[in-house]
Amino acid sequence: MFVFLVRRLLQAVMVMLAVAFIAFLMFRYLGDPVNNIVSQDATQQQREEVRQRLGLDDPMAIQYGRFVINAAKGDFGVSYRNSRPVSALLAERLPATAELVLVAALLSLVLGIPLGIYTALKPRGVLSQGLQIMSLIGISLPTFVTGILLILVFSVWLGWLPSFGRGDVIDIGWWSTGFLTASGLKALILPSFMLCLFQLTLIMRLVRAEMLEVLRADYIKFAKARGLKNRAIHFRHALKNTLIPVVTIFGLQLGGLIAFAIITETVFQWPGMGALFIQAVNFTDVPVMAAYLVMVSLIFVIINTSVDLLYNVIDPRLRTDPTRASGKGA
Amino acid sequence: MALLEVENLKVEFPTRKGVLTAVDNVSFNVEQGEILGVVGESGAGKSMTGAAVIGLLEPPGRIGGGQIRLDGKRIDNLSPDEMRKIRGRHIGAIFQDPLTSLNPLFTVGEQLVETIRTHLPMSAADAKKRAIGWLAEVGIPAPDRRFDQYPHQFSGGMRQRVVIALALCAEPRLIIADEPTTALDVSVQAQIIALLKRVCRERNAAAILVTHDMGVIAETADRVAVMYAGRLAEIGPVAHVLQKPSHPYTAGLMGSIPRVGPRPKRLIQIEGSMPRLTDIPSGCAFNPRCPKVFAECHRIRPELRPVADGAAACLLYEGVTQ
Ligand SMILES: Nc1ncnc2c1ncn2[C@@H]1O[C@H](COP(=O)(O)OP(=O)(O)OP(=O)(O)O)[C@@H](O)[C@H]1O
Ligand code: SF4
Ligand SMILES: [Mg+2]
Repeated sequence: MFVFLVRRLLQAVMVMLAVAFIAFLMFRYLGDPVNNIVSQDATQQQREEVRQRLGLDDPMAIQYGRFVINAAKGDFGVSYRNSRPVSALLAERLPATAELVLVAALLSLVLGIPLGIYTALKPRGVLSQGLQIMSLIGISLPTFVTGILLILVFSVWLGWLPSFGRGDVIDIGWWSTGFLTASGLKALILPSFMLCLFQLTLIMRLVRAEMLEVLRADYIKFAKARGLKNRAIHFRHALKNTLIPVVTIFGLQLGGLIAFAIITETVFQWPGMGALFIQAVNFTDVPVMAAYLVMVSLIFVIINTSVDLLYNVIDPRLRTDPTRASGKGA
Repeated sequence: MALLEVENLKVEFPTRKGVLTAVDNVSFNVEQGEILGVVGESGAGKSMTGAAVIGLLEPPGRIGGGQIRLDGKRIDNLSPDEMRKIRGRHIGAIFQDPLTSLNPLFTVGEQLVETIRTHLPMSAADAKKRAIGWLAEVGIPAPDRRFDQYPHQFSGGMRQRVVIALALCAEPRLIIADEPTTALDVSVQAQIIALLKRVCRERNAAAILVTHDMGVIAETADRVAVMYAGRLAEIGPVAHVLQKPSHPYTAGLMGSIPRVGPRPKRLIQIEGSMPRLTDIPSGCAFNPRCPKVFAECHRIRPELRPVADGAAACLLYEGVTQ
């Protein structure tokens, strides 16, 4: 277990170094950083001075090393556009995206797993068939279309929910949360639903397919032969086995949620990191883009590593186990 | 009264081409504490008979007729939940593959305790004690430690021991063991059969033991039933059926078992193969392969008749003139 952990962490560090390298290349070669600092009419000598000061004449490896160390400290420099530290900009935007993604992820699990189980246990029910069709639609419609439809119905026609922004937020330290006000919660509903829809349908279909597969397994037949109650068979024996692939997909998709949040944030004018990134792209604000890239990758890596560890918790077969060798023999 | 009475049992599979009859008019009894062996070629309907008794026929398979009685009470028409209460508590089952019969994500202890507590009113602590007792009973060393281990930490033979413990831990009086050793290493097969026999005998539990191994039948069973094409060909005491079979099919089956001994006898194979369910011949199902076939065999379907100590379904014993 310990070896596994160390190996997994090393892998994560390698991935992050590679991502940092890409971000570094962006910094170095996407436009001339000197141009973004000196004024239009600076002399060649002034330019050289800035170059020296920024260390742009040092060997690549040293520049990269410096970049990594700064990044590890959370220092990505200053935004070209509004001259504020990038880390401060991101920190300001992080809560909005984090809360949106968290709610969307929870929604997809809380709705997806029970719906998947239901459609597996009652495959011929009218509701199951309806859900299957809905999920097909959900999985094939582009998310911005569903987002716009949601706004049309719930904001424009019914007027129940806001169509943009986070509503009122309350600051807790540097974190601003929308969870504690009625308008903040209302504002979360449409964007998080739009964001979770794809993953929700994916999880529902996955749980259904896995559950149907597991219910055919010999150990389920034997559990029936032992006279266990249906509840125990379905929700203890079958569900636990079903959840193994769900954990993988969920982990992968959680990263996807963060990426797709860019679209949701644009549709709903949600003041999150995705919206910040889109602005940064429009202005070629390289420090912000690089920082976003590194940050999102870091979240991806953390999630994937956690998923691998979670497997070990769910599936005893993966635990490296010292008693295993002695446990052999008929 | 016999513990289990099966009367004219029919198991059917509705298909697009009509209803297939996988078990056709099968009747037999199992007495208290008795071990009934069941033999027959692949597809003869052995597993389906067992599945019907324990109420686990997989749809579209269904009981198409007849009765199954446990202690004189019908169990073939119970509601799903009433039948569930019988499974494990009154009738236990052991399947072929010990590797896949246990849920890989739960410890063997959890699976035992859950089975015990489903059927018997018992505290978790008492159930655990009993579960460890069962692990010891089926010959698993260091049962306290093994209680907390997962199935993958056991070898195949050990897993089948756990499966036996699971099937017996709520003390059913009848066990249906469907080829319980086929998937196991030859070296442990005999041990598992001996264990099964011992635990049944000690608890006066009866067993229906499906196997392809005549040696196992000879050593373990009290009586043996021979199935052919969904029908019962012959049933009777083991010594009688094995040494002086009444039915020509049984005779052929016995002949095709290679004898262990200094001078192996000639291997008598039965010519041909068992008919598929879709084209079972009229009259006696065995008639295309029977060495003693005569004209009436193509016309009249033989009924199970008492012959010697047992019973056989063959026109030779029905007084039909050849
Ligand atoms: N779903 C099904 N649809 C149609 N026929 C089926 C189905 N399942 C089983 N059968 C038929 O039922 C018959 C009896 O099968 P059963 O499994 O009882 O045989 P068996 O005697 O246990 O054979 P084996 O020794 O191979 O285990 C077989 O002829 C089989 O083809
Ligand atoms: S009834 Fe006829 S065909 Fe069938 S076993 Fe007897 S002799 Fe053979
Ligand atoms: Mg079988």
